Amino acid sequence: MTKSEMAEKLAEKINVKKQQAEEIINIFSNSVIEALASGDKVEIRGFGSFRVRERAAKEGRNPKTGEKVLVPAKKVPFFKTGKDFREAVDQGD
Amino acid sequence: MTKIDIINRVAESTGLPKQDADVAVETIISLIKASLSRDEPVILRRFGSFQTRAKNSRIGRNPKTGEEAEITARKVVRFKAGKHFKETVNGQPSSTEES
Repeated sequence: MTKSEMAEKLAEKINVKKQQAEEIINIFSNSVIEALASGDKVEIRGFGSFRVRERAAKEGRNPKTGEKVLVPAKKVPFFKTGKDFREAVDQGD
Repeated sequence: MTKIDIINRVAESTGLPKQDADVAVETIISLIKASLSRDEPVILRRFGSFQTRAKNSRIGRNPKTGEEAEITARKVVRFKAGKHFKETVNGQPSSTEES
C-alpha cells in the first residue's frame, strides 16, 4: 500500500477529499519524525512505539578496496511493534 | 508523544473537529495493521516502509534461568525509516529527494 492508496481509503472512510487525506497522513508522519528529531519518543497503544537508537562510531572497511574507514556515530529511527499488532501479523488476521 | 498529541495536531492543522481527527488517526493505524496482516508492505514516501519478515524457529535461552527453549517460527514487522526521516533525526538539512 502506497501513500496514495492509503489516502484513497482514508478519504472514503472519513468523507474528505483525497488531497486532505494525504495531508492528514503527512501530519501523522511529520509528527513522528519531529518528535524523534527533538529527542522524544512516540507511543501508540496497540500499534507500537518509535524511538531513536544510537549507533556508536565504528571502523568499517570499503568492501571494494579493503581500505579502513571510520563510520561516524549516528542515530537510527526504530519501531518496536506493539503486542496487538505483532499478534495480528503473526496470525495473519 | 502519544496518539492524543497526533490527533490534536491533525485537528489544529486541518481545522477538522477533534472527533474526526481521532477517526482519521485510528484509520491510518488500522490500515497499516490490516495491510501488514495480509503481508502487504506499506510504503510511505519520506517517512518509511513497514513490511513483514518471516523468522525461522531457533533455540533461545531464558536469560533469567539459562534454560533453553525453542522460539517458534514467526512473522515480524520491520520498519525501515526513509532517507528524509533518517536525515532529520541526525540533524541534517532535509533532503529534497522523494525518498
